[in-house]
Amino acid sequence: MIEIRDLARQLGGRRVLDGVDLDVQKGETLVVLGPSGTGKSVLLKHIIGLMQPDRGSIKIDGEEIVGVRPNEMDRVRSRFGMLFQSAALFDSMTVGENISLPMLEHDRAMSADERERRVRERLEWVGLKGVENMKPASLSGGMRKRVGLARALALDPEYILYDEPTTGLDPIMSDVINQLIRDLQAQLGVTSVVVTHDIKSANEVADRIVLLYQGKVMFSGTPEETATTQDPMVRQFLAGSSRGPIQPV
Amino acid sequence: MADVVGPDEVAARSARYLRARTGDWLAEIGRISMMIGEMLTTGVQRLPSLTLVVQQMAAIGVDSLWLVTVVSVFTGAVAAVQAAYQFTSVVPLKFLSAVILRSVVIELGPVLTALVIGGRVGASIAAELGTMKVTEQIDALRAMGINPVRYLVAPRVIAAVVMLPILTIYADAIAIFGGWVVATTSVGVPSPTYLQGLREFFYLKDIFSGILKAVFFGGIIGTMGCYSGFQTEGGAEGVGKATTSAVVSSCVLVLVLDYILATVLFRVVFK
Repeated sequence: MIEIRDLARQLGGRRVLDGVDLDVQKGETLVVLGPSGTGKSVLLKHIIGLMQPDRGSIKIDGEEIVGVRPNEMDRVRSRFGMLFQSAALFDSMTVGENISLPMLEHDRAMSADERERRVRERLEWVGLKGVENMKPASLSGGMRKRVGLARALALDPEYILYDEPTTGLDPIMSDVINQLIRDLQAQLGVTSVVVTHDIKSANEVADRIVLLYQGKVMFSGTPEETATTQDPMVRQFLAGSSRGPIQPV
Repeated sequence: MADVVGPDEVAARSARYLRARTGDWLAEIGRISMMIGEMLTTGVQRLPSLTLVVQQMAAIGVDSLWLVTVVSVFTGAVAAVQAAYQFTSVVPLKFLSAVILRSVVIELGPVLTALVIGGRVGASIAAELGTMKVTEQIDALRAMGINPVRYLVAPRVIAAVVMLPILTIYADAIAIFGGWVVATTSVGVPSPTYLQGLREFFYLKDIFSGILKAVFFGGIIGTMGCYSGFQTEGGAEGVGKATTSAVVSSCVLVLVLDYILATVLFRVVFK
């Protein structure tokens, strides 16, 4: 379980996170919705310790991670997988090397055969075959995201963080990614946090949706509650209207 | 009409600017020191991968051989022509090879090699790591629990520290060969005379000085390339700035450190 309390962070003189309180239950897929520039990705980076808050607390299964030593944080991170918005594949490596890197670094006792088997298996999970020796530059956007997801799954994570998983993809590939997120939760029981502004994607993958605006959680509810709420911010966001309480940045 | 600024205001503005710049420099030195500290502590906890170090040694050393060859052969050739011109009617030409040997081994070999490698390798490291930074690849390493300083910085700095002395020794040999070609073909120094000068004025302390300088220069090039890459912000413009910064800072620091080492070595250690 992830427990976030009073998380605040200022960037470039702007209060990006301003007292975020949020719980992510074990096995749940939580979608964080919100307009661009409201700190959704910043929130994810705090959860995995890539950024340190100005104040507040983040607990992973009861263990505080704010201010812990780098070695301790690396141990916590090995329980996480993260899919970056741009997939962030290492372009000097092949697809297979990208996926096997976390295994090489964290489980040096693992044999090369076992690593290769796991790479093939992860690629099959995300619907890719025979791409182990390709370089990321020769992959399409959707393939890159799926390889990024396969890499995030390399160490059997308990938590997966998705940063805009469907941004820049065509509707069919977006649906493939959404289905993968659902399948991974069903089959592996992972806890997921998905940051997006894609409402269709949010409705397809979420157990619960929160709306982040002006550095705070403004709404929290199931997809059904989100669809029927009279909260003016949620209504404006779902309608995609420029008029309402949410001001474009 | 433009505002007229009095001398007091000019002095106050200058003081503010100097304070701000000094603060920036100190912050920069602090960040570089922290990166070196992290490299040493993480390197002690777990040694960097030998495969990565060897890959970097190939990129820094083997791939730079052609450049070092061209620069060195002409360095030796120019040294021969210049020395012959300055010796005219003053110093016997039998000392030509001695001057080439000692100037190349002590100064020209290590410094020119460091400057060209600083340009080629420093820029390449900064561009590669800078691109990794702006495309979130460095964040991805951290997210996987892999320390990017241990994984990316340590192999590059180690490779640069190992390869710079080797390239310098190679550059010394090529420059002396370049000097021999010019001395024997156009200056009129017989080959046996040139070789005898090399034998008579060969001092191990000179070689040691050159190699020691190269070790430090390698450290500067590797560290500044990585540091500039890690500090990259923004997109393509940021990568360009990081590349320029890596080359400029490496070259300036190489020359400053060259002076410091020359002073320590030749006025204190080998006095």
